Amino acid sequence: MISFGAILLVSGILFAMGVVGVLLRRSALVILMSIEVMLNAANLAFVGASRSVGSIDGQMFAFFVMAVAAAEAAVGLAIIIALFRQRHTTDVDQVSFLKW
Amino acid sequence: MTPRELFFWADAVVAVLTAGMVLLHRNAVVCALSLVMHLCTVAVFFVLLDATFLGVVQVIVYAGAIMVLFLFVIMLLDPKGEGVTGRMGNIQLFVTLGAALLLVAGILRILPALAVTNAGGGAAVPEGFGAIRGIGEALFSTYLLPFELASVLLLVAMIGALFMGKKEIVE
Repeated sequence: MISFGAILLVSGILFAMGVVGVLLRRSALVILMSIEVMLNAANLAFVGASRSVGSIDGQMFAFFVMAVAAAEAAVGLAIIIALFRQRHTTDVDQVSFLKW
Repeated sequence: MTPRELFFWADAVVAVLTAGMVLLHRNAVVCALSLVMHLCTVAVFFVLLDATFLGVVQVIVYAGAIMVLFLFVIMLLDPKGEGVTGRMGNIQLFVTLGAALLLVAGILRILPALAVTNAGGGAAVPEGFGAIRGIGEALFSTYLLPFELASVLLLVAMIGALFMGKKEIVE
C-alpha cells in the first residue's frame, strides 16, 4: 500500500512547482495554469488523506475543490479576455497600473 | 515494493515532469497540453488511491471541459511566447526558488513523523470505497448544503464570466 507520507511528498513537490510557476511566469494564462497545478496538488493530498483515514470525506472535499476550480477558470479566463480587449496583452508586468 | 507502489512512483515522475513543462515552456499551447497530461496523471493517482469516481470526474471535467476552455482562450488571444527569464531580475528568481525550496524542506521535515503514524499504509477500506454509490449518498445527505452552495457558486461564476466577456464594458 502507498504510504501517506509518499503521497504528501508528491503533493508538496507539485504544489511547490505551482508556486514557482505563479511567481516566475509573466503570461496571465500560464499563471492560471500554475494555479490549477496547485489546486490539483491539494486535491491529491485530500484524496490521500481520505484513503489513509478510511473515510470518504476527503474525496468530497476534492469534489468541491474541483467545482471551485471550474468557477475560477471561467472567471479568470473572462478577465484575461477583457484585459486583452483593453490592453492587447496578457503580460502581467504590463498591467501593473494598480501597483503603487 | 508492490506493483501498486511501483506504478505510483512511475506516475509521480511523469506528473512532476509534465508540471515542469507547464511552468517552463515558452509556448502557451505546449503548456496547456502538458497540463492536460498532468491532470491525467493526477487522475491515475486518484484511481490508485481507491477514488475511482473522482478519477473519472478529473478526466472528464478537468482534462476535458476546463482545458478546452483554456485552449479556446489561447487560440482566441494568440499570445506570443514570453519565456521565463526575459526581463526578470535576479532578486525575483532567488525569492521564487527560495520559497519553493522552503516549501519542500518543510515537507521533508514533517515526513518522518507521518511515516511512523502510517506505517501500515492506511486503514482498511470496505468494498466499493470511492465508487459512485458511496459518493452520491454522501453528496446528497451529509454534504447537501455545500452541494447546493456549489451550484449557486457556479451560477454566479457563469453570470460573472458572461458579463466580463461582454463587448460593451470596453470604453
